[in-house]
Amino acid sequence: MQYRSDGTSMKPAPFDYHAPQSLEEAAALLTELGDGAKLLGGGQSLIPMLALRLTVFDHLVDLGRIAELRGIERRNGSLWIGAGTTEAAVGRSPEVAAGAPLLARATPLIGHFQIRNRGTIGGSIAHADPSAEYPAVALALDAQLEAFSSRGRRTIPAAQFFTGLWSTELADDEILTAISFPVWSGRCGFAVEEIARRHGDFAIAGAVVGLELDGDDRIRRCAIGLIGLGSTPERARTAEAEVVGKALVDIDPADVGHQAVSALDAIPADLHGSSEYRTRVGAVMVERAWRSASEEARSG
Amino acid sequence: MAEQLVTMRVNGEQRSATVEPRLTLADFLRERCHLTGTHLGCEHGVCGACTVLVDGAAVRSCLMFAVQAEDAEVTTIEGIGSPDGELSTVQAAFRDCHGLQCGYCTPGFVISVTALLRDNPHPEEHEIREGLSGNLCRCTGYQGILKAVRQAAAELSAR
Repeated sequence: MQYRSDGTSMKPAPFDYHAPQSLEEAAALLTELGDGAKLLGGGQSLIPMLALRLTVFDHLVDLGRIAELRGIERRNGSLWIGAGTTEAAVGRSPEVAAGAPLLARATPLIGHFQIRNRGTIGGSIAHADPSAEYPAVALALDAQLEAFSSRGRRTIPAAQFFTGLWSTELADDEILTAISFPVWSGRCGFAVEEIARRHGDFAIAGAVVGLELDGDDRIRRCAIGLIGLGSTPERARTAEAEVVGKALVDIDPADVGHQAVSALDAIPADLHGSSEYRTRVGAVMVERAWRSASEEARSG
Repeated sequence: MAEQLVTMRVNGEQRSATVEPRLTLADFLRERCHLTGTHLGCEHGVCGACTVLVDGAAVRSCLMFAVQAEDAEVTTIEGIGSPDGELSTVQAAFRDCHGLQCGYCTPGFVISVTALLRDNPHPEEHEIREGLSGNLCRCTGYQGILKAVRQAAAELSAR
């Protein structure tokens, strides 16, 4: 830490600050500044990393003043959420509760309400922490991620978005502008389960489950996302494929849990738990989420 | 690195200063506005001691740069009681219920609870506990704080 004679010490390394008013202006800044620039969303992950000097940038480009990055609405049958929308706004939105219940239910598990008042959905997804809730939900629901740069716009399927620990498909000059969630209809159920040592901590392991039943209580559609069980959010595709078409009564939730974690090969280990422990907890989280989601779908 | 002029309203008063962009809102309030009631514990978003209201929303002032608060309305613990020194309902409840011992975490708790009860005047017990989960206290064991929130909620809704 650098101590200064005026009594003001500052933990982050120095940087220049830019607060563009439009997307075009922000994209032009990224093009101009190159990889010395970092986008600042709500700052609830980036600022602690800067404070601890885990990362250093010459320029921060704050997206907080760009109005077009905020909003929640139905667009072409999907639920469109601007990347700059705060987690608090997502959590209290009736549109989200109706159109993407999994997202709504994951929200209270993010940090604390003070964090959610600043943190944004786009920031969380672009930060791509494998222990975070929104990336797993986006992956499980096959969200479409909208990106903008001076070169143009493109849409990236969530399945291609998360490329590694804190790494995404976004290029250095691209900005995540919105996340579009397919709206499920019919007899659906959704649940999120996770274990953390203290409320608001990053999950040791967790699972998000969405499922849809047909009129005969058979699984029509199934989505299982895994939290904290790899270097990226994971999707339990084999377990999903295993259950689709089967009658709900013939499915043992514990088997779904075991199947969901069976193919994982990069399960983290740290002082909160070994890989083996996380694997076991992960299976139980899937099982619990499966039970809640199937209960909800059956009564729907 | 270029310093920038930042202007915001703090407890109803306009404040301007030329600051380095890396100056946190917490340090701006403490060092530039001399409002040292906002305390800093961990300085990376875990402890909640530095909680203030920004445009009415309770946020960690260590997880925000002062330049991000341009044009914002900030309320610190100094702006919670009456100007004549009378404690707010939440502050008085903390005193009545032994909701503090050393007092270091208290400004952050009072701000969080003020926002919590404004948004949810009749919280269930689990909502109180969840609402307090973003603030750490190492002295009280939290029972006095929980009691204070219940008392403040009852008093505010009786009005």
